[in-house]
Order: sequence, then structure tokens, then C-alpha cells
Amino acid sequence: MILAFVEHESGLPDEVSLEALSLARSLATAEGTELAAAVFGDEGAALADELGAYGVEEVHHVTHDDLEGYAPEAWGESVAQLADDLEAGTVVVPGTDRGHEVAAHAGATLDAPMAANCVAVDVGDDGAYELERHRWGGSLLEHARLEGERKLVSAAKHEFPVEAADEETDPTVVTFSPSLEAEHLRVRVDRVESGDEEGIPLGEARVVVGGGRGVGGPDDYDQLEELADLLGGTVGASRAAINEGWRPHDDQVGQTGAKISPDIYIACGISGAVQHMVGCKGSETILAINTDPEAAIIQKADWAVVGDLHEVVPELNDAIRERT
Amino acid sequence: MNVLACVKRVPNTGAKIVLTDDNQRIDASNLGFTMSPHEECAIEEAIQQVEAHGGSAHVLTLGPEDATEQLRTGLAMQADEATLLETDGAEWGPRATADAIANAVRDLADDGTEFDLLLFGTESADAANYQVGVRVARKLGRPCVTGIKSLDVEDGTAIAGREVSGGEEIYEVDLPAVVTVKEGINEPRYASMRAKMQARKQELDHLEPAGAAGGGTFEKVRLEAPETDDSAAEVLGDGPDAVPEIVEVLESEVEVL
Ligand SMILES: Cc1cc2nc3c(=O)[nH]c(=O)nc-3n(C[C@H](O)[C@H](O)[C@H](O)COP(=O)(O)OP(=O)(O)OC[C@H]3O[C@@H](n4cnc5c(N)ncnc54)[C@H](O)[C@@H]3O)c2cc1C
Ligand SMILES: Nc1ncnc2c1ncn2[C@@H]1O[C@H](COP(=O)(O)O)[C@@H](O)[C@H]1O
Repeated sequence: MILAFVEHESGLPDEVSLEALSLARSLATAEGTELAAAVFGDEGAALADELGAYGVEEVHHVTHDDLEGYAPEAWGESVAQLADDLEAGTVVVPGTDRGHEVAAHAGATLDAPMAANCVAVDVGDDGAYELERHRWGGSLLEHARLEGERKLVSAAKHEFPVEAADEETDPTVVTFSPSLEAEHLRVRVDRVESGDEEGIPLGEARVVVGGGRGVGGPDDYDQLEELADLLGGTVGASRAAINEGWRPHDDQVGQTGAKISPDIYIACGISGAVQHMVGCKGSETILAINTDPEAAIIQKADWAVVGDLHEVVPELNDAIRERT
Repeated sequence: MNVLACVKRVPNTGAKIVLTDDNQRIDASNLGFTMSPHEECAIEEAIQQVEAHGGSAHVLTLGPEDATEQLRTGLAMQADEATLLETDGAEWGPRATADAIANAVRDLADDGTEFDLLLFGTESADAANYQVGVRVARKLGRPCVTGIKSLDVEDGTAIAGREVSGGEEIYEVDLPAVVTVKEGINEPRYASMRAKMQARKQELDHLEPAGAAGGGTFEKVRLEAPETDDSAAEVLGDGPDAVPEIVEVLESEVEVL
């Protein structure tokens, strides 16, 4: 049995969980075993209809009197108990904050190995997994071997296509009641505070204008803001600019910042370090504006302008404004 | 309140990652070393919590002798003490690492330093296993919150916030606890030259790491640098003269104008 942990919003499965289900199904097929899903929350059982399209045979709805809202250790413990109950060789989770957290807890309970952010998993002749996973935020691949009576893998975000199964199933819904101690329930979401959303979130913007150390100071971001406004986009930054205190951390693009996927990323005064590039590799196109023709970003961009951004960007803003 | 921040020494790669011939590691011969930005924030957080509540801030790493460099970075930031769990340089997997850290925390407690708060990065820069902090917490039977971007300690309770779409999830856990943090939780300070000089002379605690991986295996076979499309960009021009070409690209090719 392969057990997939599926996250959902009011009974609709989360995108990355569906991606993880594609991986889970391919493993079930390769091992000639069945695919089961673990779901939490009141609306969990409503997922059964949806999950049939992805070849899930059993939907295990985890319920417990004291399980209200997200509780990482209790969820991980429940997944572990369910994996033991089903004798599931593998637990597959989405490569999200919660997916990783639940899997790490389940791995701790099961004393089982866990491989995070996998992009390919093959079942070897001896039953061990030969897998590829992301390191360094995706700028490096690791080929690894994962083996054990129980093991855990997470599917890296947006690496597996969401594919419906060849044959739709009609999953049975089974209620699973884990045995939980007070200790498992001591960490839980106490409340959710809504954020002050301003402008377009970086991850969703169609145009991102990025500014790096080459911008030279906080005030000169005005030009980049203006360009972003003219193009209906938003401003991002490199870590160097954030470390200088020129921009808030929320603007950071890269391995330890936001991952962006705009139609165009206009990188101004950014050298193109790998940790920055993993954040913007989802961009459809990249235009680099840099004084240094040898800058790495120029190798990685589609278009480049060699020059001082302080001269190029204001002229560009004028030219765009004149057009309209 | 005593706080421990755990950090990992990693090569500071620049624009390109070059692997050793056997594809087992990054060729670091021309590189400096650093730690994950999340972990720099863990050190900063440890120091700020100690500044606010008293006690002492420690940094710990499991790594080769050279990893004292990262411990000294922490000391220069004004951490009080540092512990090296010295290895022969081979990379330890996440489970053995967690076991060794948990054992070291127990040993330090036996020697009189009980930690109220253990801080980790959410994921290490190089391996990004997303699990060492959680596994340490479970081995020590402590509550754990991960991916934290705001942290307050009041009357023995940690109030921790994690970003989710549209807002922040707030957790409240009793100390002693384990918290894994993300960059953005604070702004790590720059160490002064003087502090760096002093940190160089400070004594470090060396411990023999003791950690086992447990059942099953998760083993690196080799690394691979993925192919990148390094076909050089089309140069649209030099300086402001290129503006008409940029407008053309935005209009016809990307269609955002
Ligand atoms: C584990 C780890 C994680 C990291 N995570 C991130 C991350 O999430 N995001 C991130 O960005 N970085 C990250 N970094 C840091 C990264 O390695 C680089 O240090 C950083 O991206 C450099 O920023 P930069 O390109 O702005 O600065 P620099 O490398 O200093 O480059 C500045 C560029 O500006 C150009 N320039 C200068 N003046 C001008 C001008 N007037 N006009 C035009 N061009 C000009 C220069 O030619 C140069 O190319 C991480 C590092 C590590 C070790
Ligand atoms: N060798 C190590 N020494 C000390 N701390 C470590 C080590 N490896 C990982 N950690 C800590 O555990 C966190 C998560 O690591 P990982 O599970 O590898 O992603 C890191 O951000 C560090 O805080």
C-alpha cells in the first residue's frame, strides 16, 4: 500500500497534493499495490469523489474528538499510525510547509527515513527507491537511495504533472481514529491573523522588476517601482539589497525568499547568483540590465542591456509613459 | 533563559555550481563557506531572546574542525558559547545528525546548561532535508513549531507565527520548545571588527558526536548539476540607447504593453 497525505481547502484538494498523488500512483503501479489517501478535517470525507479521478482506492478520514484545526505532531502521529495499520511501505506528501512538517513527525514516530523534495522516484529491482531530489533550492540534484519497511517522500512543488488515472476508482471512505495523547496535541494553530495585503503578491505577478546591490540605495527603488507600475507588475529584490536594509525581506526572490513565475523578470543590478536564480527560474523570460557584460545573469537572461540602470530605467519609464 | 541555535557549514557558491570529479560534493576549492540565511536568523533570534530575557545564547554545529568558522561567526554576533560536534568531514544524514544534536543537548544539560529554546533553520542550505529540527524535538520529547517568522516569549510560553496564504498562523507552546525559523524573522546583525577579533580568541567546546540513523536507509549516491540554458542573452544595446529595443520586446515579444 502507498499512503498519500492530501491537503485540501474545504473539501477541494490542494494542487501540490494532486501532484504528489501522481507520484504516489506511479509508485503504487510500479509496486503492484493499492493507493490510499489520508485526509483530515470535517470536509475530508467530501474529497472521496475528487480523489477517485486519481486512482485512490481508499480514503482514510482521520477523526478524533480533540483534533480540531491543524496540529502538526498529532497529524504526523496519525499518519504514522495509519501507515502502520495499512502496512503502507511508503508515505507520500506534498512538498509544502505542512507536508514536510507532517512527514517529519511521521518519520520520527516510525523511526523511518524521509527524502524531501523528490523530482523522480524509481523502484529498483530490490524494491529500494532510486530517487532524484532537489538540493540548494533546486540548483542541484541529488541521486539517492531510500529503503525501509516504512519510508517517506515529499514531491517537490510543480515537478509532477497532475494526471488523472487511466481508470477512475470509486474510493471507499474509512474513518480512522488515531490514539492520541495530550502530548501530541500540545502544538496546534491557536489563531490565524490576517495579513495586510498590499499590491500584487510576488508569486502571482505577471511582471517583476528586481533590484539588486547595483541599485545602490533605498531611494533609487522609486524608478523600479515606477517601471513596475507602468507594466502592472511588482518589485522584487536580491538578498544583497535586503541585507543592506533597502527593501523588506518580503521582496526577496530566491532560495530563501519568494519563487516567482512572471511573463518577464526585469533584473536590474543583480549579478545572478545560483541562490537568486532558483527563485526566478520559473520566469517565462528574463531581461537583465547590468553594467557588467560578464555578469552571470547575462548568460541566463533572454535579453540584456549593458549599462547603468540609473540611466536606462528612467528613460525606459519616459518612453513607456509617452506611448500611452 | 538559555537558547541554542544549530547551524551547518556549507560552501558559498556563486554564479555556478561546480562538482568534484566523483560527483560527491561541491568543489569548494575556490569557494568560501557560509551557513543558511535561516540559520543566521536563528543565531540572531537566540541573541535577541537572551538580550530580552537574560540567560545565555549558544551556537552548535556538527561538522569538520573548519566549521569552527561558522561558530565564530555566531560568537562575533555576540553569542556566548559555541559547541563543535566534530566529524571527519563526511556528510551526516538528517537522522544521525538529529540524534547527535539531541544527545549533545542532553550532555550539555548534564553539565548544567539546560536549554529552554532550541532554534534551527527550517531547512539546511545544501541538503534541505526539512527534518532535523522536528526529529531533535521528538527525540527530546519537546513541542516543535516550524517555518516560524515571528517569535515572542512571555512567561514561559513561546508565541510563534508562521506565514500562510492570506495571513499568519499563530502557535503558543510552553517552553522548553524547539522552533525552526525562516529568514525574515529578524535582521541578523553585522559583527564589528572588534567582535570578530575577540571571537577568534574565544574557547570552543569540542564534543564527540554520537548519533545513529535508525532503521532503513536514505543515502546520497551522487550529485548532479542540472543543465542550464546558458545560451547568452540577446544584447539589446548599450545604456539608454537600448530603450526603443526594450519597448519593442515588452510590446511584441512579452506583450505586457
Ligand atoms: C544559502 C544561501 C541562500 C541564499 N538565498 C538567496 C535568495 O533567496 N535570494 C538572493 O537574491 N540571494 C540569496 N543568497 C545570496 C546570493 O548568493 C548573492 O549573494 C546575492 O544574490 C547577490 O545579490 P546581488 O546580485 O544584488 O549583488 P551582487 O552580486 O553584488 O551584484 C550586483 C550586480 O549589480 C551590477 N551593477 C552594479 N552597479 C550597477 C548599475 N549602476 N547599473 C546596473 N548594474 C549594476 C554589478 O555588475 C553586479 O552584477 C543566498 C546565499 C546563500 C549562501
Ligand atoms: N550538521 C549540522 N549541524 C548543526 N545543525 C544542523 C546540521 N544539519 C542541519 N542542522 C540544523 O537543522 C536544520 C534543518 O536541516 P535539514 O533537515 O537538513 O534541512 C538546519 O537549518 C540547521 O539548523
